[in-house]
Amino acid sequence: MLDTSMMILGAGAGGFNVGDMLAQLIIFIVLLVLLKKFAWGPIMNMMKERETHIASEIETAEKNRQEAERMAKEAQEELKNTRNEAQQIIENAKQTAKEQEQAILQSARAEAERLKESALQEIQQEKENAVQALQDQVAALSVKIASKVIEKELSEQDQEKLINEYLKEVGEGQ
Amino acid sequence: MDHKNPMWNDPFGISWLDFNLSNIAMMLVASTIVFIVATLAARNLQRKPTGLQNFMEWLIDFVKGIIDSTMDWNTGKRFLPLGLTLIFYIFVANMLGVITIVSFDHYLWWKSPTSDPSITLTLAAMVVILTHYYGIKLNGVKEYGKGFFQPMWFLFPLKLIEEFANTLTLGLRLYGNIFAGEVLLGMLAALMTSGAFGAIGGALPMLAWQAFSTFVGAIQAFIFTMLTMVYMAHKVSHDH
Repeated sequence: MLDTSMMILGAGAGGFNVGDMLAQLIIFIVLLVLLKKFAWGPIMNMMKERETHIASEIETAEKNRQEAERMAKEAQEELKNTRNEAQQIIENAKQTAKEQEQAILQSARAEAERLKESALQEIQQEKENAVQALQDQVAALSVKIASKVIEKELSEQDQEKLINEYLKEVGEGQ
Repeated sequence: MDHKNPMWNDPFGISWLDFNLSNIAMMLVASTIVFIVATLAARNLQRKPTGLQNFMEWLIDFVKGIIDSTMDWNTGKRFLPLGLTLIFYIFVANMLGVITIVSFDHYLWWKSPTSDPSITLTLAAMVVILTHYYGIKLNGVKEYGKGFFQPMWFLFPLKLIEEFANTLTLGLRLYGNIFAGEVLLGMLAALMTSGAFGAIGGALPMLAWQAFSTFVGAIQAFIFTMLTMVYMAHKVSHDH
């Protein structure tokens, strides 16, 4: 069973067969060319394509990230501005309100003053009128009383005398 | 159990041309398997790889790593298809003999094509000639010629011998490993067919040796490719 011929299994004649060598060379070169065309080429192209695809994806992602960051910053800025503006508006409103309040108060005060003034003036006028009327009435009354008193006590001669006196007086007054 | 090679001597009356038909057949089988697997992987390529495409891309990255470790990628990338074809073809060829060995009518038909020295030496010679070709192509004749006299001029004979030694060792290493594996497999197979005891006793060693042969076949394919790239780098790189 385990004879010596087993030992040279495959070695065959042990010689170099030129035919085998040529065949191997040709077969290998043909295989190389075919594989390059049908297998390695396409696979390597795909790998390269994937590489560029990934690179571009990463680039896009990076760009998007930067864009988002920029936008966020912008929004932040906008928000800050808006807040400031709102603050400003509130401040302004407060200021305006205060001013208005002041103005209203002032005008009210002035109005009151004016009203008071006119009221006082009216009172004065009324008082003067009343005094005038009283004076007139007092004069008339006293004349009436006097005439009554005089009428009762004056005699004929006295009356005459008095009239003359008056007439004289009038004449002197002219 | 006397194995003979199915020879086709002196075809068409050409006396120096002999064919070992089993070698030719096995070469064709190995090449066909490699071609079919590779083209299957390259069919329906997707950006998001699956299955066989993944394996092929791993292989490509692996060979790329081999080339990267010996020379810079700019000069090395042109050798990627060569390295890929070498590693894949040699691996498949090695595996053919591990799977089974078939002899028919005392003629040995199914074996590893790489268990024949003329085939491995052909591959080795092809590689070495390619290194010279690319050495001249990429560095120019002057630079290429100078390589033989560096680092010292008197080392020229050694350099000359080195080229042949490289070819011989590259080819014979592969042949030796695969052939030895097949011899032992053949002996174990013979043991197992010799009787009941032989079958029981030989089963475990057979299993172990097949596993080891698979390992050796893969390693040898890797080493062959690695050394190809090393020799190539030696010739095409400017400073070494």
